[in-house]
Amino acid sequence: MRASRLTRSLQYLALLGYVIFLGFPLVWLLSTSFKPPRELVKLHPTLIPDSATISNYVQAFTEQQLGRAALNSLQVALASSLLTVLIALPASYALARFRTRIGTVALGWVLLSQLFPFVLLIIPIFLVLREIGLANTHAGLILIYVVWALPFALWMLQGFVRNIPRELEEAASVDGASRLQTLRKVVFPLLAPGVVATALFAFISAWNEFFFALVLIKTPELATLPVTLARFVGIEGTARLGPLAAGSLLATLPSLVFFAVMQRRLSSGSLAGAVKG
Amino acid sequence: MAVTAVVGLGAAACGAGGDSGEQSTGPVKLRFLSLAWQKESLQANKDLVAKWNAEHPDIQVEYVQGDWNSVHDQLLTSFEGGDAPDVFQYESAAIGEFSKQGYLADLSGLLPADFKGQISQGVWDTVTHDGKITGIPFLLESQVVIANKKLLDAAGVAVPPADGGWTWDEFQANAAKLTKPGQYGVAWALKSPTNRVMNLALNYDGKFFYTDGGKTQVRVGDAEKQVPQRIHDMIYNAKSASPDALGMSGADTLPGFFAGKYAMLPGSVSLRQQMVEQAPAGFDWVTLPPMKGSSANQAANPQTLSVSADSKAQKQAMQFLEFFLNPANMATLAKGDWLVPTGTKANEELVKLTGGKQGWDVAADSAADLTIAPFQTVDGYPEWKTKYATPALQQYFANKITIDQLGTQLVDGGKQVLK
Repeated sequence: MRASRLTRSLQYLALLGYVIFLGFPLVWLLSTSFKPPRELVKLHPTLIPDSATISNYVQAFTEQQLGRAALNSLQVALASSLLTVLIALPASYALARFRTRIGTVALGWVLLSQLFPFVLLIIPIFLVLREIGLANTHAGLILIYVVWALPFALWMLQGFVRNIPRELEEAASVDGASRLQTLRKVVFPLLAPGVVATALFAFISAWNEFFFALVLIKTPELATLPVTLARFVGIEGTARLGPLAAGSLLATLPSLVFFAVMQRRLSSGSLAGAVKG
Repeated sequence: MAVTAVVGLGAAACGAGGDSGEQSTGPVKLRFLSLAWQKESLQANKDLVAKWNAEHPDIQVEYVQGDWNSVHDQLLTSFEGGDAPDVFQYESAAIGEFSKQGYLADLSGLLPADFKGQISQGVWDTVTHDGKITGIPFLLESQVVIANKKLLDAAGVAVPPADGGWTWDEFQANAAKLTKPGQYGVAWALKSPTNRVMNLALNYDGKFFYTDGGKTQVRVGDAEKQVPQRIHDMIYNAKSASPDALGMSGADTLPGFFAGKYAMLPGSVSLRQQMVEQAPAGFDWVTLPPMKGSSANQAANPQTLSVSADSKAQKQAMQFLEFFLNPANMATLAKGDWLVPTGTKANEELVKLTGGKQGWDVAADSAADLTIAPFQTVDGYPEWKTKYATPALQQYFANKITIDQLGTQLVDGGKQVLK
């Protein structure tokens, strides 16, 4: 009993250490965002600002169109995430369930496509987007992000599909369910955690992406958040730390909220799957 | 880097710039990619563009803010994609590559004579490639020394006048006077030492790169050894320079400087901005003029404004630049970035505007000693710097190799890169 309690205490201690380790950068970002310039260069910095100020937030918003950039990023990331899932879901099911030569080739191609560094593709992509009138548009950016996220999303989701026993689908079929009913009532609920994980992956990769957004978007009003935040960094790594911290903190919030909302679904989906499986 | 390679490969297929094509005569819209990022500078840029737009309905300028870290890749892909900004800001050391690829318009024929005469030939040389002027240099950065006035006074060290900087010997002697337990005379932030060493080496005419019969090689003679040796000596023999600062970049030394741990900070003139913004209340600091060896020369790597070769409105772009960089405006832009304007009239305006306070007299005076350095025109310099010079200098300043070994590594690196 005593040993068990000790073990559990140590486990909680380790967990606490890990949480602090993960959370500290965010707490430090929060602290920095409220510090006036003079407090940013103290030899012994403090976690709680001596004289907290909101001037960094004011500067960040008045100098750069952060609100608009956040909305742009949100729009692009949500659309990318949704489209990625919509395409990856049926495709991954086909890949996992139907063993055909096309499926094998498609999987090989997906794997191969991951070998190309994206910098190799940027100029052809730009030229193609310009030809079809999608350069300097969010639609073009979304298209790129979906294409970019799809291979990994396919791999992820087809793994989830494979984990659903075929017997469940067969049982539903024996019970008289049509193919669509089987998919809707048996497969999709069990796939929910996979869909959520894929959506999260696609959202976060689009939300954080910098280089495509930098190169493809020319109009300042269409700029996304990572590109806008980079404007607080100057020559050779010097930065305006206060406004950058304020902007970065605000930039993490939508992502955190999205993750928190989706993560709950991720957990409940897992449990639902476990029970039914 | 990867983008550079891609663009190099793609240039033939996609067709590099260089053909200015038909020039527009009607109303035009120019895209201006600016790299201003400091608060005041950003405002000055935006105000000037707004003023221009209000006065020139036929030549409207769209202000686009870029950032220094990604501008190179951004421009390369824009040139290749045929969608480059009409006017863009960068630095002279970087636009040489673009000039050679034919991406930049030759401004020689568009520059008014009185405008050209405002900037010294040594500075124009930094933006002249194959006889073509492909950028207008407008802001300069020089290396000065920021000092804690209270500590100077306590040690009996007098502040030299703006036009009378210390020699290296005097600087080293004063650093020693300012050293005592818990306090170093100086903090050399040497995380990225190559550019600083290359710049300051000109104090002793240290060129590093020598071209004979069309072939360039690295040589490390007495002139080249002077500056690194003196810095090394301050750290390990005189112990007047803090070894802790070796791994720091410029602004990292500020907390220690404000806490009185270091008495002097060699750094760029733009460091003064952080003094004004971040120094604790009552902290008394001064800007000391650049140091002198056999001269006070330093390398000029001015910030530039260029026009894309593909721009359909090069004349209009030049009109805008003439307005944007007139003496009063250039002085405003320099003040915003805490840098030195290249134009002589702008320099005078700036001293007048600021009353020479906050080191502006020293900054303005240092412009006279800035000139082109050999490393700025060497094709393989960026690679040499990254692969060979920076690691070798870091080892030397960490006291892991001797000055002769440093020389050998720099020369050998040159042989690898400068083929």
